Amino acid sequence: MKIRILPLILIFLLTACGEPVARNTGAYLLLDTSGTYSQELEKAEHIINYTLTRLGPSDSFAVARIDTGSFSEKDIVAKATFDDRPSTANRQKRQFSEQIAAFTNGVRSSPYTDITGGILQAIEYLNEKEPGRKVIFIFSDMKEDLKEGYIRDIPLELDGFEVVALNVTKLRSDNVDPQQYLDRIEDWKTVVEAGGGTWRVINDLDRLEKLLDG
Amino acid sequence: MSVEQFLSLTPSPVLSAIIWAVIIIAILYLARSTVHAALRSVGGIMHNALRLGSRSISRAEARLEDRNREVLLATGREAKERVIEREFERVGDSVDKDLSKYPALRRRLNEAIARIDEDHQSAIDVPPSPPGWTKAVEVVAKIDAPSDYMIGNILSDIHKSLVKAHNQAIEEYRKASAVRHKILTGMMPQWIKIQQTLSSVTKNIDSLLKRSRAIDRHMKEYEDIVKGTDRAVQTLSSSSLVQFFVSALILVVALGGATVNFSLIARPMAEMVGGTNFIGSFRAADIAALVIILVEITMGLFLMEAMRITRLFPVIGALPDKMRVRMIYVTFTILFLLATVEAGLAYMREILLQDELATSAILRGDAALLAPNDFQWITTAAQMGMGFVLPFALVFVAIPLETFVHSMRTVVGVVGIGLLRTIALLMRVLGNTFRHGATFLQQLYDLLIIVPLWIEHMVVGKRNKSASQFREVSL
Repeated sequence: MKIRILPLILIFLLTACGEPVARNTGAYLLLDTSGTYSQELEKAEHIINYTLTRLGPSDSFAVARIDTGSFSEKDIVAKATFDDRPSTANRQKRQFSEQIAAFTNGVRSSPYTDITGGILQAIEYLNEKEPGRKVIFIFSDMKEDLKEGYIRDIPLELDGFEVVALNVTKLRSDNVDPQQYLDRIEDWKTVVEAGGGTWRVINDLDRLEKLLDG
Repeated sequence: MSVEQFLSLTPSPVLSAIIWAVIIIAILYLARSTVHAALRSVGGIMHNALRLGSRSISRAEARLEDRNREVLLATGREAKERVIEREFERVGDSVDKDLSKYPALRRRLNEAIARIDEDHQSAIDVPPSPPGWTKAVEVVAKIDAPSDYMIGNILSDIHKSLVKAHNQAIEEYRKASAVRHKILTGMMPQWIKIQQTLSSVTKNIDSLLKRSRAIDRHMKEYEDIVKGTDRAVQTLSSSSLVQFFVSALILVVALGGATVNFSLIARPMAEMVGGTNFIGSFRAADIAALVIILVEITMGLFLMEAMRITRLFPVIGALPDKMRVRMIYVTFTILFLLATVEAGLAYMREILLQDELATSAILRGDAALLAPNDFQWITTAAQMGMGFVLPFALVFVAIPLETFVHSMRTVVGVVGIGLLRTIALLMRVLGNTFRHGATFLQQLYDLLIIVPLWIEHMVVGKRNKSASQFREVSL
C-alpha cells in the first residue's frame, strides 16, 4: 500500500514545487492630455476607477500621461502593485483613485502627443513587473503629433501584450475624410501586430466589462 | 483493374461477365471444402474461446458472490453482536438500578404493611360492654310494690342514672369511632405508597420482559446469520442497499454543509496566507480552508471513535478507558478551538466584504451605498454562529460515513457480480453467434455455387442410383 501511495505523493509534491506560474495582471493606462482631448479626462477617471475594481491582489497598475515626450518615468501619474492581502489592496486602490482625481483636477494640456514613447515606457514598466498578463490601455484619439527632433521610428516589442485603444474620438478632419480615421486605426493595428501584440478598440464606454476580457 | 477492364475480356461485356462468373464459381466450388473447413475452424475457435472466457468469468462471479456473502454475514454478525451487546447492557443497567433499590423497596413495603396492620388493629370496632349493674336493676324491677313511694323513687333514680349512663356510653362510643375513622383515614397514604411501589416494580419488570423479548428476536436473527441462511443473507443484502443510499444521501447533505463552511472561511484565509499564492493549480488560501475543514472532520471521526459510537478504527476502540477519555477531551478541545477560529474568520469575512463593497462604491462613485446598515449585525452574527456550529455538526458525518463504507463493500460486490454476470452472458451469446454465424456463412457460400452443387448432386444421385441397380442385379 505504501509503495502505491508513495509515487502519488511524489507526483503531487513535484507538481506543487514546480516553477510558479504568474497569474497576475499588469495594466498600464496611457492618458492623452494633448489639445482638446484633455476634456475627455473625466471619462478616463471613470475608466481608471473601473479598472481598479477589476484588479485584484498582486496585480500591477500604472497610469501615465501622454505629452510631448512620454518615454519618461516622470510621466507616470500613479502606480501600484496591489498587496497580497485583500484589505491592504483595497486601501491601495482608494489611494490610487485619490491620486488620479488630484491629477485630473489640475492637469495642463500638452502641445504634442508622443504615443509611441508612452507605449515604450509601458513595455518597459510591464516587462519589469513580469505579470502573467500584460495590458496597455491607450486613452487617446490615436493621433500622434511629435515635436521636431523626436525620433520614434523604432519597432515595438509587444510579444505577449494586449493593446486596447479606448475612446478613440473622431477629429474634425476625420469628419471631412473618414478614411483618415480608419487609416489611423489600421496603422496602429499594423504596428502593434507587427510587434507581436494583439489589438482591440473599445469606443463604447458603457460596456466596460469587456475591458479586461481576454 | 477496373470493372471495364474485366468486362473487356471479349467484345461482348455480357459474355465477358458470364465467363468471369463461370471462372469465379468454378474456383469457389473447388475451394468449397477448404473454405467450409476454415469457417468451421474460425467459428469453433471463437466459440470455444468465448465459452471458456464465459466459464472463467462465471467462476469469478461465483467466487465474488461467496466473498460478498461472507462479507455480508460478517458485517451483519458484527452489527447484530453490537445490538445484542447493547441490549444486554441496557438489561444489566436496568437490573443493577432496580436490584440495588430492592432492599430499600422491600423495607419500605414491610414498614408500610406493618403500619397498616397496626392501624388496622387499632381500628377494630369494639362494642361497648353492657354495664354490670343491669342485673341489679332487673332484680329491683321484679319487686312487686308499685304503690310503694320509696321504691318508686328508687326506680326513678335508677332510670335517670341509666339514661345518663346510656348517654355517656353513646358519647364515648362516638368518640372511639371518630378516633378509629381517623386511623383508617391515616392508612390511605400507606396504601397509595404501596400501590405506587408495586406499579414501579411492575413497570420495571415489563421493561425487562420487553427487552428480553427483543433479545430473543435478535438472538434468533443472529443464529440465522451464524448459520448463513439464505433468508438472513437476503435481509442483510436489502438492508445494506438501503443503508448505502440513505448514508450517501446524508453524506451529500454533509458535503453541502462543508461547502458552506468552506465559503465562510476561504475568503478571510486569503488575508492570512495571501490571496495569490498557489500550490499546484489551487489557491493556497483555498487549500488552507479545506485543510481546516478536513481536520475538523478528522477530529470528529476520532471523537466518535473514542466515544465508541463508530468503529472505523479498531485501535481507538481498543484503547484503555482512561486513554479513551483523554482522547475525547483532546479531540473536543481541538474541535472547540477550530470552531472558535472559524467563528473569528466568519467575522473577518464580513469585515472584508464590507471593506470591498465600500471600496467599490467609492471607485464607482456610489456614495449612497456607504450608508451604514442597521441590520448588518444580524448577518455578522449569523455567519459567526454558522462558523461555530458547522464544525460540530460535521462531527456527526462519522456515523453515515461508517455506514457508507461498510455498506459500500456489499454494494460494490453486488454491482461486480452483476457486471461479471452480464459479461459472461454476452460472451456466451457472442460465442454462439460465432458458431452459428460460421454455419450461416457456409450456407451463404453454397448459395453462390448452387449451380455446380446442383450438378454434383445430380451426378452423385445418378451414380448412386446406378450403383444400387448394379447391386440389385448382382444380388
